[in-house]
Amino acid sequence: MLLALGATAIVILTLLGEVLAPRAQELLAQHRARRRLEPVDGYDPGRERRAEARARMLLKSCVNDEEWAMYRDLGFIRVWGGHARRPGEPTTAAGPAYAYLIYPHKPVLAYLPQTGRLLNEYCIAFPDETRPYGSARLPDSDDVLAKWMALTADERRLVETANLHLPGRQLDPRHVKRDIWRLRQWERERARAACGEPQRGGRVSAP
Amino acid sequence: MKFLRMKPGHGEILIAEGDVDVREDEERLVEEFRRQLDAGMWAAVPVTGGAGRREALLAQQFDDVPRDAERVIFFPRAAGGC
Repeated sequence: MLLALGATAIVILTLLGEVLAPRAQELLAQHRARRRLEPVDGYDPGRERRAEARARMLLKSCVNDEEWAMYRDLGFIRVWGGHARRPGEPTTAAGPAYAYLIYPHKPVLAYLPQTGRLLNEYCIAFPDETRPYGSARLPDSDDVLAKWMALTADERRLVETANLHLPGRQLDPRHVKRDIWRLRQWERERARAACGEPQRGGRVSAP
Repeated sequence: MKFLRMKPGHGEILIAEGDVDVREDEERLVEEFRRQLDAGMWAAVPVTGGAGRREALLAQQFDDVPRDAERVIFFPRAAGGC
């Protein structure tokens, strides 16, 4: 009796092994594949973070204090258009004030600060075809600095080089309008702080 | 004067340094400047303009760089994107 039960158990285990072994091997292979560390196109997050930290220091050393604080706090920089009158300047033959918002690795956006009207998106890139680590993409802050330098040095050349699009192609107009509103709030707070007034936050509702 | 070059995965790197008042240094800087522009770079010099405004100058040749500039930043030429 015992011998019969033992033989039956062995047969059952053998059959189960036949059925389950391939599935067990498959699961083991999947587990090993998940745990295997494979480089993704040479991307190294640590290296990219260090590069970005250096790029931020370079940007900070080039732009003025207000622009740096704007980038640090809001994530973009506003550059006034070179062919226009700025707020507070006397009326001349120049046109109304316009400005650009510079975002990292996104189009440069032209708008009218007085009304908040969005004008154009200028799609521009600074691809480094030497691709030292497989990517032609500069660190975020280097991209912003490159746009800032190109705009402040030769606005016309940059605009002519860029691909021109109507607002809304790449940048969500609602986000941009909210950024413009955030910028206004940010400037008010800075002006208050400069006058020594206490900061007031969150009293005006966002658009 | 320092020559800095923006590079993916690096941030800026120092590619040359020298005193423009020393002849050998200046020749080396001029040569490096040409090499960078030939490689498709733009050269910009951060400057402080009127009323303390920060801006940049794009230099097409070494003579465009102010003699007292502390650094020249090379970055890839702009191209229409998106």
